[in-house]
Amino acid sequence: MLTLLFDGIAYGMLLFILAVGLSVTMGLMNFINLAHGAFAMVGGYLTVVLMQRFEVPFLLCLPIAFAGTALLGALLERTLYRHMYRKPHLDQVLFSIGLAFMSVASVDYFMGSQQQIMQLPDWLRGRTELWDGSVFALGMGHYRLFIIAVCAALTVGLQYVLGKTRFGSRLRASVDDARVAAGLGIRVNLIFAATFAVGSGLAGLGGALGAEVLGLDPTFPLKFMVYFLIVVAVGGTSSITGPLWAALLLGVADVAGKYYMPKLGSFIVYSLMIAILIWRPQGLFVRKGGR
Amino acid sequence: MDARQQLLSNARMGRWEPLLWLLAFVLPWAMPGHALIVNEVAIVALFAVSLDLVLGYTGIVSLGHAAFLGFGAYAAALFAKHVMPDPLMGLLFGTLCAMLLGAACSLTILRGTDLTRLMVTLGMALILMELANKLDWLTGGSDGLQGVMMGPVLGHFEFDLYGQTAAWYSLTVLLLLFALARRWVRSPWGATLMAVRDNPLRAMAIGIPVHNRLAVVYTVAAALAGAAGALMAQTTGFASLDVFALERSADVMLMLVIGGVGWLYGGVVGAVVFKLMHDVISGITPQYWTFWIGLFLVVLVMVGRERLIRPWLWFGRAGDQKGGAQ
Repeated sequence: MLTLLFDGIAYGMLLFILAVGLSVTMGLMNFINLAHGAFAMVGGYLTVVLMQRFEVPFLLCLPIAFAGTALLGALLERTLYRHMYRKPHLDQVLFSIGLAFMSVASVDYFMGSQQQIMQLPDWLRGRTELWDGSVFALGMGHYRLFIIAVCAALTVGLQYVLGKTRFGSRLRASVDDARVAAGLGIRVNLIFAATFAVGSGLAGLGGALGAEVLGLDPTFPLKFMVYFLIVVAVGGTSSITGPLWAALLLGVADVAGKYYMPKLGSFIVYSLMIAILIWRPQGLFVRKGGR
Repeated sequence: MDARQQLLSNARMGRWEPLLWLLAFVLPWAMPGHALIVNEVAIVALFAVSLDLVLGYTGIVSLGHAAFLGFGAYAAALFAKHVMPDPLMGLLFGTLCAMLLGAACSLTILRGTDLTRLMVTLGMALILMELANKLDWLTGGSDGLQGVMMGPVLGHFEFDLYGQTAAWYSLTVLLLLFALARRWVRSPWGATLMAVRDNPLRAMAIGIPVHNRLAVVYTVAAALAGAAGALMAQTTGFASLDVFALERSADVMLMLVIGGVGWLYGGVVGAVVFKLMHDVISGITPQYWTFWIGLFLVVLVMVGRERLIRPWLWFGRAGDQKGGAQ
């Protein structure tokens, strides 16, 4: 029971890290980016390649995955994405789904279509059992504990940056109303490029962390695109606590649903999403006042 | 020319249209080896026309239109297997089923932003795929629904191995439904649809019932997609899970964009071009053709999709062009 909750929370935290960049960029520029999962996949493959071919230690791989995908994100933002912000949503959907298709096919070409296996270091492999035998039996995989710790630290860090720093207040101002923010002398374009890069980097980090839990193969961007979009659509795009709760809810619901009703599979999650979106089309956790 | 005359002249059939259809009907007879592909093109063209009703005439960005295609396909296949093998009854049944589903789903797309609609439509397709996968006693699960035997069309024309009958059957259905859809969007009722697309707020202010229009057009589009699905299941004798796949919804959107949005022939033209392109590219690289499709999409959007169907814009100033479906 608690084990399920634990696994669900770990899964949800992972989803949050993967999707938070998407949520911020969508809130900032009203841009529907279906290729977000491609960045996560790049991070995952970067880690796997570094660990297997060059034997870089796991802990060092994570910052590299972050930096590598952030760089890629910044590059693509400056060259391609920049032209898309003013286009209609149909164009954005077509463009980003095209990018996702391209990433799937190229990874397939270079890495092969098989599932990648990640060799975790020994100290992350174990499992701790608490209160064994009682109703509250809790089994914690060490790797999942690690994921929760890293993601929680990141969440606190993000919240601090958004809430307390000058960059954060500029970002929030731009999300609420980009035109007025630009009028006040905030360089919205630059803010957006930085946010996009960090968001892609976080996705890459999430992909690296999640390669073992979620599985990593070339169809990753399309397979998990739905999950990212659910997090964003349900959580709303105006804050990062919304997506956090949405991701946790999704993680717990998905793990519990698959455990208790394996017959139904992902059915529960999708139905829940549609029900929530019919009930509150703007997302569950929307702040009043923002646009 | 006043507005009334303009509307009427838009609605009139062009001189080239009977020729085009005649050519399409002659093709399976002239080139029996290509009858199968004519059949496929006719089916996806019907599917694209159906998406055009939603996307081009009301501006709803749907990533899950395959839900109705798949629902129609499974409904028609099951009908043929368990009730009766008559194709026309099956077609009717598949269409009706998809229409009912569309009527139910239309409630979900009335409110919310583009993102919400995208998610809801996509979620619907995923739910149906999951259902078709899990209800394997009924649908055959991931193996697909096999052993669908069809009776002859109208009691006379047996489906043959080369797909000539299938091609004519699909083309006829396409022609009929296309003509109906065109008559419909060119009517005053259809004009209100375009008003809703261009500005829902103003449309509401002049007394057009916006929600009602959206719901009806979504239902009709679902019916057309269901008909396409039924045709697909009947002419291939098979229904599998990939009818619900995201790739299918994305492909049909690409077709529509190639041919031009908001112009029912766009779906037909796009389907022809897309299928030919698919054939050529997957002949060269069978495994990686999605890469080229993706590249095509990216380049298409970067250049501006208006310019593909209106080449004279190439020489105009960049500021002159406007997006198609706002």
